[in-house]
Amino acid sequence: MDSATAEPRELTREAPEALHVVKQRHPWRWVSVAVALVLAAQMVVSMVTNDAYRWDVFAEYLFSEAILSGLLLTLEVTVLAMSLGIVLGIVIALCRMSQNPILSRFAWFYTWIFRGTPTLVQLIFFYNLSALYPRLTLAIPFGPELHSWPTNAVISAMVAGVLGLGLNEAAYMSEIVRGGLLSIDRGQTEAAKGLGMTPWHTFRRIVLPQAIRVIIPPTFNNIIGMLKYSSLVSVLSLGDLLYVSEQIFSRNFQPIPLLLVASAWYLVCTSILMVAQIYIERIFGRGVARPGATRIGPVRAGGRMVRKVVRG
Amino acid sequence: MTPLVTIRGVRKSYGSTEVLKSVDLDVSRGEVVCLIGRSGSGKTTLLRCVNHLETVDSGVIKVDGEYVGYRESNGALVELPERRVAVNRRHIGIVFQQFNLFPHMTVLENVVEGPTRVIGRKRADAVALAVELLERVGMAEKAGSYPRQLSGGQQQRVAIARALAMRPKLILFDEPTSALDPELVGEVLDVMRDLAADGMTMIVVTHELRFAEEVASRIVFMQDGRIVESGSPSRLLRDPQTDGLKAFLSRTGFSN
Repeated sequence: MDSATAEPRELTREAPEALHVVKQRHPWRWVSVAVALVLAAQMVVSMVTNDAYRWDVFAEYLFSEAILSGLLLTLEVTVLAMSLGIVLGIVIALCRMSQNPILSRFAWFYTWIFRGTPTLVQLIFFYNLSALYPRLTLAIPFGPELHSWPTNAVISAMVAGVLGLGLNEAAYMSEIVRGGLLSIDRGQTEAAKGLGMTPWHTFRRIVLPQAIRVIIPPTFNNIIGMLKYSSLVSVLSLGDLLYVSEQIFSRNFQPIPLLLVASAWYLVCTSILMVAQIYIERIFGRGVARPGATRIGPVRAGGRMVRKVVRG
Repeated sequence: MTPLVTIRGVRKSYGSTEVLKSVDLDVSRGEVVCLIGRSGSGKTTLLRCVNHLETVDSGVIKVDGEYVGYRESNGALVELPERRVAVNRRHIGIVFQQFNLFPHMTVLENVVEGPTRVIGRKRADAVALAVELLERVGMAEKAGSYPRQLSGGQQQRVAIARALAMRPKLILFDEPTSALDPELVGEVLDVMRDLAADGMTMIVVTHELRFAEEVASRIVFMQDGRIVESGSPSRLLRDPQTDGLKAFLSRTGFSN
């Protein structure tokens, strides 16, 4: 132990006095704020004064029956494809992480195929499935046939669209789920085992609730993506939001206001999703120091650091 | 009376490294056995074999007359599915170096989870027991906190309460104070001392030789996957017989 700490010396007379601290000034911040405000003002003024926006047409079609039916179809496709993607994604992630080498390779192969080929190709492929398999048959493998349907009756444009988007989504979701499950410390599983929990109990009560916290942000990313990619189903002549808008402006030659109508509805839906994300993250963020959690406005860095320090 | 834990001829390898080379050990009811030795000597592996977190390559481990994770069939031990192993583990508590509390549950929920969901006790009973145990480890005030709001020592005390809530016949401690700041070690050792005085059977892997000296009924020194020396604390620490233990004690600076 050094002598200074053992017996504190008298403060020397030459020592500086405690001085007031002047914070660093940021003049460029004010400049950038001014630039941003000018640009925003210009944008608003031009939107109001430029007649080519045709806000009258925008208002006329915003709640029109055709647009709303397109919106409904977009939502239907998104919900169905995303549900398929999430459920199948979890199954594939579990297969991928399984000890069984065949299952794990099968899962890898699935991800390889569906992530590696364009979504558009998969959509058209499912729509044309009847060219490969004219009839779909329910049967005992290599045994007697139970029932059979013509492929075109089963795979409607809607089914092809949901299948194409959903199976593709499952490949991405499986990687998100796998990442979430891998992020949980092995000690959690061991502690659960130590209490005599079964593997299923451990997964459902200990691992999954913690993994979901990690899985939510990228999943919402994908849901928002799916909302927009669902417009791909227009190649199957399904009347989604964008397709309906296009149909209207091909008749009235007013593409700008109709694209604004479609964009407005996409923005409404994504905004709702983003708000929902905040609440869901709050539920699954219990017990976690969360300075980096989603909120509206700027997110400060350093969340991870804080968490590490607290865990000690 | 038969010992609570019987370990006979246990061997285990990771690849080509043999970490346990035919280990025999008995632990009687109410005994506190401290396993000491350098890191890599196999003490933690041996401890984890007792509740089947690690599997053995050969040999027998019985707790209260029953195999953990195996059943005997035609002179061989047959591995049980995890679902059945879970039942074997119910009455063997374990406390880890890193605490491993469930971060998404409050302190109370951590302690209640096992009794309600594993054994199926009524929630009211489990909560009453949890509160009683949390009081015993001095953590009742923090029942509503989440693990990350607690210090390491507090987390470890909750982890001990969580193990106790299963009414274990035996508690395994895997270096329970090694991850703690020095000033927090004492509060955890106090709780363990209290358990030992209460007659709990404990196997403790530890580097705290003073604690071992004070609390252990027996100290077991391991080296290179073998039990080299074992005996009463005073005998083992004051009068080491083997060069390995002498070297270990002088390296850890244990004297007087």
